[in-house]
Amino acid sequence: MSLQDRIRHCLQNDVLDLFQCQGDLFVQVPRDRIVQCLEKLRDEPGLEFDFLVDVVGVDNSALHEKEIKAREKALAKEKEKAEESGETGVENEPVVLEVPPRFDVIYLLLSLKSNERLAVKVKVPEEDPEVDTVTTIWRAADWPEREIFDFLGIRFRGHHNLKRLMMWEGFGSYPLRKDYPLQGKGEERHLDYDE
Amino acid sequence: MREPHCNVPGCDLGSDQMVGDYVTINIGPSHPAMHGTLRVVAKTDGETVIEAEPEIGYLHRGVEKLGENLTYNQFIPITDRLNYCSSIVNNVAYEKAVEKLMGVEIPEKAQLVRVILMELSRIADHQVCIGILGVDIGAFTPFFYQIIQREEIYEIFEWYNGARLTVTAGRIGGQDADLPDMFEEKWRMLKDGIRKANDETDKLLTHNRIWMDRTIGISAFSAEDALNFGFTGPCLRACGVPRDLRKDDPYYMYDQFDFDIPVGKNGDVFDRYMVRMKEMEESIKIIDQAYALYREMPEDAPLKAKVPKIIKPPAGEVYAALESPNGELGFYLKSDGSDKPYRIKVRPPCFMIYQAFPELIKGEMIADTIACLSSLNIIAGELDR
Repeated sequence: MSLQDRIRHCLQNDVLDLFQCQGDLFVQVPRDRIVQCLEKLRDEPGLEFDFLVDVVGVDNSALHEKEIKAREKALAKEKEKAEESGETGVENEPVVLEVPPRFDVIYLLLSLKSNERLAVKVKVPEEDPEVDTVTTIWRAADWPEREIFDFLGIRFRGHHNLKRLMMWEGFGSYPLRKDYPLQGKGEERHLDYDE
Repeated sequence: MREPHCNVPGCDLGSDQMVGDYVTINIGPSHPAMHGTLRVVAKTDGETVIEAEPEIGYLHRGVEKLGENLTYNQFIPITDRLNYCSSIVNNVAYEKAVEKLMGVEIPEKAQLVRVILMELSRIADHQVCIGILGVDIGAFTPFFYQIIQREEIYEIFEWYNGARLTVTAGRIGGQDADLPDMFEEKWRMLKDGIRKANDETDKLLTHNRIWMDRTIGISAFSAEDALNFGFTGPCLRACGVPRDLRKDDPYYMYDQFDFDIPVGKNGDVFDRYMVRMKEMEESIKIIDQAYALYREMPEDAPLKAKVPKIIKPPAGEVYAALESPNGELGFYLKSDGSDKPYRIKVRPPCFMIYQAFPELIKGEMIADTIACLSSLNIIAGELDR
């Protein structure tokens, strides 16, 4: 059985998406099932993804903006075409473009036995940026999760020590979000050294 | 698995320093023994550390954010500043990730040049680590033996690209230059020099009573805990796990070379030192074999695959890793099809190792925490990014 089939067999209905990019395998699972899925992947004989390499957080907002703009353009073009050809009878309803969840959290796994790698992805919406912590499975997830909280503002439910890692306490923004400017917002100017 | 440690409050070193019999002390961030800018707040009972909490981020430069605003080629010099003791490995790790994203296979000659340069910087990195470990414990002499040889290695880098530390070796798609002409002669002398320095260090340290007392059994770690904490590299191998990406997941031409993976047993400071000492010898073996292959290549063999002038990888995401001197160094890259990476995530080996630091020094003396820290080879540049 190929790795894809084995993963499908192991996770069953939890597989929302399974795709390959340049040889790297990505599997998307529901956000509230992440801990169970990772435990299953770790314990299933034949898979045994027992090593957590890293946890990566990605802000996809700029990508989605670009996609939506392109789609709007395409829709407008279609409409123009329809008007030109005189098909006024079919009045298009205003299409509401759905914005996908803003953040990705990607768990990079490795099987020490077979040296296979797998990336497990969950989508996290902006309104409710919370994921269950996986520090209960691997203690290696401790700092990566803190880092994602620090840089992207995603909270990890059940993390024993969720506070900022690189930035100082009281730093108000999340610097790796796409709407944060490269030069910063001048936070360091408001530091009160006498305090 | 041990329970997660409770936290020492970070900054309240004011009035309530004394809690019962314990004293909370602050080590770093700017302290000669702390290897850059690392800070540890430790709760101590006499001289014994009860618990500790490291604080990082003093060298955070926002490398990942910077990368999102630079083109793919412009990011290579930034990678020099991650692990500045072995910058070439960082360059190659990043280039390897971009090449994977583009689906480019680099020519064999470039692969060999990369292998030789990477192994040279692995030796240099280990030399610094062992030298500083000696200094931190109080053995100053081996440091000079090692540093003199490291300077010779840096001379080769200087011939190659003009810089000693921030080498910026390689381009996306291959290498920009052949090995320098005098490499063969230089390497013959350098090889003997490195071996001699290692012999001297070995004589001075390995069976030294003081050295053994200060290192054996200090901050020992089990293989199970180490894997749970995401250890890789010499620190994992010292625990007895023979894991090395060069063997387990061979990239470039590592599967053609004959070399061993030294492993330790207890995962203490002594084992980490021994693993590093033995790895240098293995690296010398690899360079010899790689250079023999390199010499057989025709002079005008290509060094660079065909890549466009403006690097625009197709949209997608990849993770590529290689074995750096400290462990698995990986780059996660996401591209949206433009000429700038959409997201770069560095997976530095130190980051995972350093988060186990409170566990490693629990119950040790304060002086031994410094020995532990240097044996882990924590580099603030790649830890904080």
